[in-house]
Amino acid sequence: MLIEAALSGLILGGMYALVAMGLSLQYGVARIMNLSYGELLVAASFSAWALFTGAAVNPLAGLLAVVPAAFAASWLVYRLLLAPLVRRARTRDALEVDTILATFGLAFVVQGVMLGFFGGAYYSYGYLAVPVKILGATVAVNRLIALGVAVAIGLALYFGLTRTRAGTAVRAVAVDPESARLVAIDVRATAGFAFALGGALVAAGGVLVSMFLTFNANLGVLFTMKALIVVIMGGVGNLLGALIAGLLLGLTETFVATWVDPGLTLAATYSLFLLVLLARPQGLFGGSGR
Amino acid sequence: MTLRNSIRTTLAAASLAALAAAGAALAQDIKSIKVGYAISKTGPNAGGAATTNIPQYEMWVKEVNAKGGLMLKSVGKRVPIEVIEYDDRSNSEEAVRAVERLITQDKVDLLFPPWGTGLNLAVGPVFNKYGYPQLTFSAVTDKAPELAKRWPNSFWFLGTSKQYIDALADLLAKARKDGRINGDIAMISIADGFGIDLASAARAGFAKAGFKLVYDKSYPIGTQDMSPLLGEAARSGADTFVAFSYPPDTFALTEQSKVASYAPKVMFLGVGTFFSMYPEKFGPGVEGITSLGGWAPNNKAVLEYAKKHQEMFKRGPDRWGAVVGYASLQMLEQAIERVGKIDRPAIIKELQTGTFNTVIGKMKLVNNMPKDAYPLIGQWQKGFYAGVAPAGPNAAALVIPKAPWK
Repeated sequence: MLIEAALSGLILGGMYALVAMGLSLQYGVARIMNLSYGELLVAASFSAWALFTGAAVNPLAGLLAVVPAAFAASWLVYRLLLAPLVRRARTRDALEVDTILATFGLAFVVQGVMLGFFGGAYYSYGYLAVPVKILGATVAVNRLIALGVAVAIGLALYFGLTRTRAGTAVRAVAVDPESARLVAIDVRATAGFAFALGGALVAAGGVLVSMFLTFNANLGVLFTMKALIVVIMGGVGNLLGALIAGLLLGLTETFVATWVDPGLTLAATYSLFLLVLLARPQGLFGGSGR
Repeated sequence: MTLRNSIRTTLAAASLAALAAAGAALAQDIKSIKVGYAISKTGPNAGGAATTNIPQYEMWVKEVNAKGGLMLKSVGKRVPIEVIEYDDRSNSEEAVRAVERLITQDKVDLLFPPWGTGLNLAVGPVFNKYGYPQLTFSAVTDKAPELAKRWPNSFWFLGTSKQYIDALADLLAKARKDGRINGDIAMISIADGFGIDLASAARAGFAKAGFKLVYDKSYPIGTQDMSPLLGEAARSGADTFVAFSYPPDTFALTEQSKVASYAPKVMFLGVGTFFSMYPEKFGPGVEGITSLGGWAPNNKAVLEYAKKHQEMFKRGPDRWGAVVGYASLQMLEQAIERVGKIDRPAIIKELQTGTFNTVIGKMKLVNNMPKDAYPLIGQWQKGFYAGVAPAGPNAAALVIPKAPWK
């Protein structure tokens, strides 16, 4: 029972981490508090659904189409919509307020487009909903894949950001855009790249969760909220932090649901969030880079 | 003919002609009947509204207009329907504002109700204040009889939570008497209007029927992993699993039970089970799953209705409120045509007292609610969602145990 609960918790947490890592990049590096994040995730879910039901493309192969498309679309959004805000912002706080307003509007646009295409009804399809036994506990393959991808992306990006030259440039922009310019880093291009990469990650998350979650055009805000908690808890801009925070939340939720009361999962999640913020306002792994 | 008589005749003829001309002008003045509704196009209610309410409205309006409109005896011709639609954003203040706007500014002749118990209760006073008939078919509340008394213009086509629970408890009690299930029930419910209402009715109803709730937990909206709850329910040893869930959870419960091979003898799940996408997604695995609603197995009119729905919206209707809602609109149509004009008090009176031919059969309301007009509990049987309760000539037998997952 302990193994079963722990495994379910890790898998749920992996999903949380997966949907949060893109936001961590966008907020942590590009300094864009993207409130349309959840809508973009749901849009990716819809794309996966359309590919699966319309063209019989399985969602894992669909990733190959959806993720690059999301990267390109996010880059365009950054260049056309957000770069002007970045240019005119005097302080980081001003930029944050501006981008919150702009992406809040974008959220409604994306939601409106999805409503136009798909209406408000629920969508769902089944892929790889097959059981697999791990340490005596039964889990679904599709959820396990989401966990695996979350761990892989989290580790790859963590090492990519800390061990490579390009990653160091990205971190330099995250820490201090002004000084980064002094060492010949193209700040706007780097920030745009980070934002687009975040967009690619959220699309990957959207495609993967669509394998097992039922979604409709109005579900975005739920994902934005969850991602925000994970990102802030893990430390803004820290992918490994997001991964660990997501797993922690998943474990807490599952343990509370199993041994205390499923009605208290939300309360437990927010208490944990509060505790972390009280002890470490910069997040579990935040601050070291700044 | 004397001169005086002749003049009198001429005058009479002239005034008649004038009257007729005035009448014709009057008839031409009514170019359309304005129907308005505020419904959740966005927000958490949008999924339910898009599934249950909006298709009925669109289908009915399209069909009536294809006939040329509603036949109004007072003007001697068919008058087409014009629709005004607002988004209430799943917000009760917004819904109240939109309904008031429809009445006072758009001056609509008729209103359709919003989706859900909460919003229907919220707009109830406005419908009542202005005397518009409110034909709800996506609201379930134990207050329905009381509300129908307080607001005689309100009709509650889906009835009370208690009637569903009583029907379910009866079915289960019979199965237990026959030795097919034990006396334990594991129940989970979503911590929101529908789940809270039905779960509290179920606690009373199951206890009265002699069942023991060995697991009884609620979970918050947006819960994305049901496996801890399913695990506990499986360990409880209950033969009957009851979930008062919303569509995303219903789908997750089904998928995760299947993965865990958890197949209790009776598996009752909430909203979503009777959506047309449910069997499309889970295939033959849905066999034996029970929920609310259901269709009478031998009713051809319902199947024809489902076919039209499929053609118009590229998906089938839900098997609970949708067809009841469509029937309520057919009743409204017949009531208006019998009254012959847009006279709302007379239309309400006709709805309360008349007998109507609808897609689900003859309907006559008792205290503004249908009585035994449609199945309350249904079960997936060989790809058809058959009504299994209340017992009667139109009900199939409940199949126990639920088939193992495939």
